[in-house]
Amino acid sequence: MAYLDHAATTPMLDEALEAYVATAREVGNASSLHAAGRRARRRVEESRERVAAVLGARPSEVIFTGGGTESDNLAVKGIFWARRAAHAERTRVVSSAVEHHAVLDAVDWLAGHEGAEVGWLPVDAAGRLDPERLRAELAAHGERVALVTAMWANNEVGTVQPVAELAAVAAEHGVPFHTDAIQAVGQVPVDFAASGVAALTVTGHKLGGPTGVGALLLARDVAATPLLHGGGQERDVRSGTLDTAGIVAFAVAVETAVKGQQEYAARVAALRDELVERVRQAVPEMIFNGDPADRLPGNAHFSFPGCEGDALLLLLDAQGIACSTGSACSAGVAQPSHVLLAMGADDDRARSSLRFTLGHTSTRADVDALIAALPAAVERARRAAALRTPR
Amino acid sequence: MRVLAAMSGGVDSAVAAARAVEAGHDVTGVHLALARNPQTYRTGARGCCTLEDSRDARRAADVIGIPFYVWDMADRFHEDVVDDFVAEYAAGRTPNPCLRCNEKIKFAAVLDRAVALGFDAVVTGHHARLGPDGLLRRSVDLAKDQSYVLAVLTREQLGRSIFPLGDSTKAEVRAEAARRDLAVADKPDSHDICFIADGDTRGFLAQRLGETPGDVVDALTGAVVGSHTGAYQYTVGQRRGLHLDRPAPDGRPRYVLSITPKTNTVMVGPAEALEVSQVRATRPVWTGCERPTGPVDCEVQLRAHGDVVPATVSLDADGLRAELRRPVRGVAAGQAIVAYRPDPAGDVVLGSATITG
Repeated sequence: MAYLDHAATTPMLDEALEAYVATAREVGNASSLHAAGRRARRRVEESRERVAAVLGARPSEVIFTGGGTESDNLAVKGIFWARRAAHAERTRVVSSAVEHHAVLDAVDWLAGHEGAEVGWLPVDAAGRLDPERLRAELAAHGERVALVTAMWANNEVGTVQPVAELAAVAAEHGVPFHTDAIQAVGQVPVDFAASGVAALTVTGHKLGGPTGVGALLLARDVAATPLLHGGGQERDVRSGTLDTAGIVAFAVAVETAVKGQQEYAARVAALRDELVERVRQAVPEMIFNGDPADRLPGNAHFSFPGCEGDALLLLLDAQGIACSTGSACSAGVAQPSHVLLAMGADDDRARSSLRFTLGHTSTRADVDALIAALPAAVERARRAAALRTPR
Repeated sequence: MRVLAAMSGGVDSAVAAARAVEAGHDVTGVHLALARNPQTYRTGARGCCTLEDSRDARRAADVIGIPFYVWDMADRFHEDVVDDFVAEYAAGRTPNPCLRCNEKIKFAAVLDRAVALGFDAVVTGHHARLGPDGLLRRSVDLAKDQSYVLAVLTREQLGRSIFPLGDSTKAEVRAEAARRDLAVADKPDSHDICFIADGDTRGFLAQRLGETPGDVVDALTGAVVGSHTGAYQYTVGQRRGLHLDRPAPDGRPRYVLSITPKTNTVMVGPAEALEVSQVRATRPVWTGCERPTGPVDCEVQLRAHGDVVPATVSLDADGLRAELRRPVRGVAAGQAIVAYRPDPAGDVVLGSATITG
């Protein structure tokens, strides 16, 4: 099988898996006062320090969560609630049109249920945000903005955003800036303090850790109202018995991925460039989506005019090639990607898109397998799409 | 062969897919999303278009061990089946949407797409037999037989279809599903029209066609005996729900004899006035024999699960004419007439056509 869907989830690193298994064998609730509890707490706190160290945060700024979606929800809703509680006029959320649904739907929920108004920042044809648009937005509405949330790197088209610039603009207006860095950590350099963001989402399973564990890095001076109430384990912002084994494995994965980032990015980007070039030769009419330079090293995203992405996916899947249309499912049916639409693509082009993402286990053989199968798949998908013409 | 199994989320299509795998085919499962706004959960025994059905289908595909995808056919389904259903009622006819769905969606839009994508055939859980001779026959389970709603298919369509369940009874299919650990083994059968979730066909039509009050007229006396809010709400042979103002002079029940959209009139009369001995039909399709050049003695069925009547069928310039050996009541325009040749190995579908009168 050629696994070209590392942005969906990537295989666990051996060292993370071993750490997980070793820790999972031990009993102990990190909140307990006895020896077993102390041992678990020590593992958790060491992990917190490891994560903080490689991501440029202080240990007290690391809040362990149940993964990326929870971290995004905690940041968006939690900071919104806390800011509005402190300043009743701050009911506006500024976000981007290309966010992952974990942010997009959380913002939508605030608009639908909490009376939030939303300023959506547009992107250009490459999917890039313009800091000047944020500056204009905050100049117009800055007094009423609760938070700005914009992703570090896009999960579909791989475009990396000018996060430090955006955060600096938000800072000019004293508005906390959250970034969903799920796709970025381990792929591009990420430093929490240096970036100037107030909150940052990271998750384990995109960088070789386990699924179901992640963190929100939350600056010490930023308040967030909890989503989950209970024991108050994490800074009173997040409750729930800590997943010691998951957290230990997560920390090992984050540390490994971040420390190896440069070498990883060079290797994977070279393989990705080769993939793109060979796809271009095999299917010359393809469109390469996203920012050609500022993009995630493992991401290759194409539109294949005249095809439907889901037909291509089916055909490639049958040839043992795993990829993604990148679009979310609504009511069980694939919708055209909001990211592509925001980049100015029409419905047909958005539906003709396919994402291939490389990762730490990718090899040239994966690319070979894709190139061997792709032209025939495109040909067939085109024939199938031609049938769509109404009779 | 590389085959595409259409999986509704029900027990039949799940077992059909499993049998196709066992027969050595390379099977891919597909659930057709037909509803524009699917409900989350099934209510009662209706429909096959909820997200729960989609999940049931996916779970069955996982158990069987085949790839599974959802194909969005909602727009095609609405144009070719739902809109057609409404238009047919508006024209005073009584459509069969399952038949239309087979003709236009499952064995047309889906089959065409499957063939374009490199599949050789479509597998469904219909209860009908289709052997190597290419002949479509009734299921061994006559109570579940679906050859009537498949009779509209052409030879080309049948040539790319596989119905693995025709030799089994429904009870056998359920038992096999349980044996195969398919969770849908005891899922209730679906009934009625899948896109009318609450089963209220009248309400569904009224919503789309609006209220158009008109007269209910007694065919014998010509007297207006009642009123209605839309002629499209009636079907030939209907007795209940007429709400007549006064009883018929002979005191006997009245039935809908005909619907005339032009004058928005519903004609009613006694049961024997419903009897017809001749049926005319259009758009004939012949799959079980060559296009007949002379009269053909056969059996005909005039609605789903309807009685079977001996008849002589012949073709003329206007289409098909069937002389029934004994009169039949409640023959509605828009339904299919299906001609069968009796056969001990399962009655063979000769052909079908759409009843015009």
